[in-house]
Amino acid sequence: MTERLEPGVFLERRSYRRRRLLDGLRLLPFIGAWLFILPVFWRQAGEEEARMTSDALLFVFGAWLVLTILCALLLWAYNRSGAEGTESG
Amino acid sequence: MTTLNSLVLVCLAYVAFLFAVAFAAERAAVRGSRQWLRAPLIYTLSLSIYCTAWTFYGAVGYAARSGMEFVTIYLGPSLVMFGWLWVLRKLVRIGRTHKVTSIADLISSRFGKSNTLAVLVTLVAVIGVTPYIALQLQSVTLSLAIFAELDPGGEPLNKGPAAFWISFGLILFTMLFGTRNLNANERQHGIVIAIAVEAVVKLVALLAVGAFVVWGMAGGVGEMMQRIDQSSIAEWRVERGRWATVTFLAAAAFLCLPRMFQVLVVENDDDRQLETASWLFPLYLFAMSLFVVPIAVMGLEMLPESNPDLYVLTLPLLLEKDALAVLAFLGGFSSATSMVIVASLALATMVSNHIVMPIWLSLHGEGASVSGDVRHVVITARRLSIMFIIGLGYIYFRISGGSAALASIGMISFAGVAQFLPAMIGGIFWRGGTRAGALAAVSVGFVIWVWTMLLPSFGAGGLLTPQVLAEGPWGIRALRPQALFGFEALDSTVHAVWWSLSLNFLTFWCVSIFTFPRPLERLQGAQMVNVFDRAGGTTRGWSATAAQSEDLLIMAQRILGPEEARTLFRQEASAQGYSGNLPDPSPEFLQKLERELAAAVGAATAHAMIGQIAGGPGISVEDLIAVADESAQILEYSNQIEAKSAELSRTARQLKEANTKLKKLSVQKDAFLSQISHELRTPMTSIRAFSEILRDTDELAVDEKTRFASIIHDEAIRLTRLLDDLLDLSVLENGQVTLNRQVGSLETLLNRAVQTVQPGGDGPMKIIRRRINEQVLLQTDLDRLTQVFINLVSNAQKYCAAPNPRLTIQANQTDTEVTIDFIDNGTGISEADQALIFEKFSRLGDSDGSGAGLGLAICAEIMERLGGSIRYLPGTGGTGFRVTLPKVHAMAAQ
Amino acid sequence: MRKHVLLVEDEANIIEAVRFLLTRDGWHVEAHADGNTAMARIVERQPDLVILDLMLPGKSGLDILRDLRGNPTFAELPVLMLTARGQEQDRDLAAQAGASRFMTKPFSNVEVLEAVRELAAQ
Repeated sequence: MTERLEPGVFLERRSYRRRRLLDGLRLLPFIGAWLFILPVFWRQAGEEEARMTSDALLFVFGAWLVLTILCALLLWAYNRSGAEGTESG
Repeated sequence: MTTLNSLVLVCLAYVAFLFAVAFAAERAAVRGSRQWLRAPLIYTLSLSIYCTAWTFYGAVGYAARSGMEFVTIYLGPSLVMFGWLWVLRKLVRIGRTHKVTSIADLISSRFGKSNTLAVLVTLVAVIGVTPYIALQLQSVTLSLAIFAELDPGGEPLNKGPAAFWISFGLILFTMLFGTRNLNANERQHGIVIAIAVEAVVKLVALLAVGAFVVWGMAGGVGEMMQRIDQSSIAEWRVERGRWATVTFLAAAAFLCLPRMFQVLVVENDDDRQLETASWLFPLYLFAMSLFVVPIAVMGLEMLPESNPDLYVLTLPLLLEKDALAVLAFLGGFSSATSMVIVASLALATMVSNHIVMPIWLSLHGEGASVSGDVRHVVITARRLSIMFIIGLGYIYFRISGGSAALASIGMISFAGVAQFLPAMIGGIFWRGGTRAGALAAVSVGFVIWVWTMLLPSFGAGGLLTPQVLAEGPWGIRALRPQALFGFEALDSTVHAVWWSLSLNFLTFWCVSIFTFPRPLERLQGAQMVNVFDRAGGTTRGWSATAAQSEDLLIMAQRILGPEEARTLFRQEASAQGYSGNLPDPSPEFLQKLERELAAAVGAATAHAMIGQIAGGPGISVEDLIAVADESAQILEYSNQIEAKSAELSRTARQLKEANTKLKKLSVQKDAFLSQISHELRTPMTSIRAFSEILRDTDELAVDEKTRFASIIHDEAIRLTRLLDDLLDLSVLENGQVTLNRQVGSLETLLNRAVQTVQPGGDGPMKIIRRRINEQVLLQTDLDRLTQVFINLVSNAQKYCAAPNPRLTIQANQTDTEVTIDFIDNGTGISEADQALIFEKFSRLGDSDGSGAGLGLAICAEIMERLGGSIRYLPGTGGTGFRVTLPKVHAMAAQ
Repeated sequence: MRKHVLLVEDEANIIEAVRFLLTRDGWHVEAHADGNTAMARIVERQPDLVILDLMLPGKSGLDILRDLRGNPTFAELPVLMLTARGQEQDRDLAAQAGASRFMTKPFSNVEVLEAVRELAAQ
């Protein structure tokens, strides 16, 4: 709201950035769901070249950790950009 | 070996420690240092009650049986947390804005504060969560039993009494901490802190066991992975339907479980907590799940015959790591107790708020108008509810025999509470949801859940006969509990979740579309769905024409009154050729509506309101409704004002009159004081002048001295008389005079008056009386009446300027009154002066200093006191006065 | 020849007191109770001094004074006003109407004598 009253591209750009960070956060659960559903399509026990549970273990926990870190990073970036400038939704 | 007794001691010590922590937190909260209690970390840790004994023991068992599928239980909630911006943020905001106390409260509040809905949700929640509580009791009992078996000197644990005492302890702890705060919406600081501590304990315990297994037993990560690859669950195996279904179910349950709703929404203070939890809680779940597969694999390898649900405990015990085993036990104990405490607390709030209190209130007088403090009733209701809920869990545990695998019991609960999802999510995202839709949806979902999941869970021969399970009730194969409508191929959990939730959703949608919400539902719906919409928020909902008309109708109803608004809209709708209540918001109609609204709230406001709904963005429904509310209040207020305005203007008129009177009185008072001053100063002047003459003049003749002294004397008497008159008048005017009522004849009174004025009998004035008419008995203050007569007679004697002064006194009586006329043959009083003679100091043109002009004023006052009157009698040829007395005081002489 | 003072006053006793005082001081005192008669006598007799009561039957002292001051012959005539009401308002009214001196009843004999002497000397 307040950005518009102030001149310059700079603040507009920050506001834009913050919005995109929020978009990223909103996208996160869908990326997560996509990742977590992937192992379902893997070849299973009884099929040829079945995957190992340990693969799934690594994949699922790896994805989980990456998502968590990504979430924390996005929030950190969002809050940092917010702390520098004016509040924005 | 750790004995059972020492384990019990450890447990008690641990509980005492928790108790102390909780108590300290409550004290801290009271002292005002709430800041750290609200820390996002504490909030995140409190969310860990999602991880119950089912996680602590059951996840390993689950993994041992079904491999990686256990992880879906934690993936679902993680996704919900990652996506907090979508659902949780809104839920939490609504919870804070509407002061929501439970999930039942939220759903009933959203759908028009319907208590029926609240009762239904509460019942479903209690039934759904009871197996879950039983699960916790079962896990603690089983873990105790493990220690008992290993206790060489002890006997095997008797599970029934053990579960009973555990239940008892949990009830005690929950009541002690959960029912201290009256307001369910008040933060349960003590409980939250205790849970946070337990969250740490169970995480540390599970990680410790996991680390022990991976590094202590397997010898490292690489070795562990090899063992996994060689285990019976080495090959990737997943039931595709279950994987997705359970993930979804866990996500749904994470939102719908009463205890999760309690910590997520009710205990939430701000978005900052949620923000941190959005990544920290998935991390917690990650850590809790990390070692599940290793422990399961190790357990399967080392203890193939043992119950996989207890590997966390039995593996350390196998290697005689007592301390680790006790830690693991405490972890499991923590998981179970924290879940039971919060779950029973959340359910107790629902039961007491929506079931016990309404019943109690209806039994004890008229609803909310019940007098006195009902808080003790609330507390008691809540305590009883806690007992009831944990008791129910205990009973379920005893009936089910504590045999079923932990994971399957948990899943039943999840599916049960997930039946709230359509109503809750639909409610907060879709304004079209109605109370009827929510009621029908929860009911349908619940019935299907009971039929397809809860009843079969007791096993064939439990509550359902094998025949019903196999052939359906009454042989209707389409209603077979685990193959509804012939859907046989599916896994039973997937089957139940699929049917219950899909039919639940469908019912909610269909019934909502075909029913019409009450105004309160629409209002609540608008407020909750648009909870973030302040001025400048999105107005997407307004673009649909139907929605516009609805919103216009809501607003119009609040301003014009429901009946009038509906009539207006119906007329317009039929004019446009529609049958319902909602016309198209055509420009003509908008203009018409604006005019109608303008009549109520003024043109500018009406224009702004219509403009906002019909076109321009920038204002939310909530704001509009707030405006409408205010306007309605203003209208009501102005109606009251109008009703009072007549009264007010009457009062104003009276005040004006009183003011005029007061002003007049003030002028009169000034004039009166001025007059008194004059009347007092005049005799004083003579007195002073002659006394100075007597003092200062030496050569005064004796007769001069005598004369001057007698002037002083006369003037002094005049002063005294004047003061007497003033006092007399003052007493009379203030009404302080006490009348001394006596009976006497008029003749006697007149005799006395005449004699006072003419002491020697005949004076210069001749007095003519007709005594025959004076034979009247009067009952009045005779002295006062005589005073009036004396005044009149002496006035006549003083002022009658005729050469042969003559006074006629004539008495007369009618049915109602006695009149006495005093008429002399003097010059009379001019018409202008007639109005003045009864005023104070109204001496008419004469220079006789003997009277101060108070006589007639006093007469008038006296007559008023006596209930009669005195007035000038014009047209008598002289000066005439008529004294009138009411007949009440007059009796014919007997 | 004795100086002539015209007293306009409606209280007989006060007339007598003033008459006694001024006669002994060498004045010829003529007294009238009625305002109208007094006015006529002033015009006719042209006294050296007028003592005027404010509240009079017939014509009030203020009216008499205004009439006198309206007449050039009497513009300089010393007039001593007496009043028994003794309010500020009366003093102002008398001053506006052109009274030479204003005294409140009850007065001191000495003060009246002095006032009369001073006014006559002017």
